[in-house]
Amino acid sequence: MATAATNVPAILEIADDCLILGHRLSEWCGHAPMLEEELALANMGLDLLGQARALYAHAGEIEGKGRGEDDFAFLRRERQYVNCLLVERENRDFAHTMLRQLYFAAFMQPYCRAIAATSSDETLRGIAAKAEKEMAYHLRHAGEWVIRLGDGTEESAARMTDAVTELHRYTGELFADSPARADAIAEGLLPDPEAVRAEWDATIATVFGEAKLEAPEIRVMQKGGREGRHGEEMGHLLAELQFMQRAYPGLEW
Amino acid sequence: MVSPVAVETGEASAAEAADGTADFELARAHAAASQVPDPEVPCVTVADLGILRSVTRDENGKITVRLTPTYSGCPAVIAIEMAVEAALLGAGIEAKIERVISPAWTTDWITEEGRQKLRAYGIAPPAGSSGGRRAFFADEVIACPRCGSADTAKVSEFGSTACKAHYRCKSCAEPFDYFKCI
Repeated sequence: MATAATNVPAILEIADDCLILGHRLSEWCGHAPMLEEELALANMGLDLLGQARALYAHAGEIEGKGRGEDDFAFLRRERQYVNCLLVERENRDFAHTMLRQLYFAAFMQPYCRAIAATSSDETLRGIAAKAEKEMAYHLRHAGEWVIRLGDGTEESAARMTDAVTELHRYTGELFADSPARADAIAEGLLPDPEAVRAEWDATIATVFGEAKLEAPEIRVMQKGGREGRHGEEMGHLLAELQFMQRAYPGLEW
Repeated sequence: MVSPVAVETGEASAAEAADGTADFELARAHAAASQVPDPEVPCVTVADLGILRSVTRDENGKITVRLTPTYSGCPAVIAIEMAVEAALLGAGIEAKIERVISPAWTTDWITEEGRQKLRAYGIAPPAGSSGGRRAFFADEVIACPRCGSADTAKVSEFGSTACKAHYRCKSCAEPFDYFKCI
């Protein structure tokens, strides 16, 4: 079926972004700087995990081969994950984590709004409509922290600047047209991410302006995740994420 | 805002069979499903929250209950589905439970009665209508559900569950939950 062939890989790109970033946030459990942030990070991770589950289940239904959310989440090899590189970057410090969240949410919030408004797929519209509102909270939370830290103490500003230097080069992939996404755009399943680039630029410019941060000029953006080429840290992440299913195949809650 | 759900699950439509005669079993199914409390906010029912979308009988005579998740990652989703199924079994009705994703649930669908119950329970109900993003550091005024004071402060936008934010009242000094508006 034509729709399965083109739509499943495109949905998996978004689902993998949500799963991997959600897993990264879950790594903060028990390590956050204060109780409120512990809850906030877990809450955001849970939102992303919930979005990933709904997307995997939907992709499995379209595919029609009996693969469910667990099969997609736990039983693929590293090269079969098609998340962008940004979301797999390590948590490092709070500045890195919050900047990564800002970059991602500033893209996903308007992109989900566009999916909810234009997708030809009713279930996807519903998932995106919900995700948009959740991402609006992530965007506010992360944006406020980037402003506080960037315009904070000497140390917090230095850490935020380090995070920008390290992570900004991974933001290009958010807008990149993979073959899967190009097909999905042509079929009306997904809107073109370029349509929300101006809004992303404006959001980042506003936050950086208040945070006294400068966006570096990057000539060549990092990419590869959409083709399954990941950084070294992805394998470590999957070792933790997949442990239970690798050790006890087919295990169910 | 009038929720499309309330219309669909109204007593009249739930209690009438396809041929226009009274369907008492369907009415009982609707009543049983409506009374199931939310596991995390037990002062309100699934009907109060607007997550009970419809109770219908299909052409084969099977009763279907449609429910919708509040948040994508809400861990109560499965618990709610099981509780509704159990409530119907308790009423002697075997029903199919369906999860509906589109259109997405919004706090606009919480009934007026639900809002009053939340307030009486100590949770400030969602203020205003759900919208998109808000400006950084721009907080709405949330009235304290205990003393009514508007002199409150946000502690964290992410509270004890996905649907709640954490606030503190500066007049009566009590902490309280705010049911976020989405």
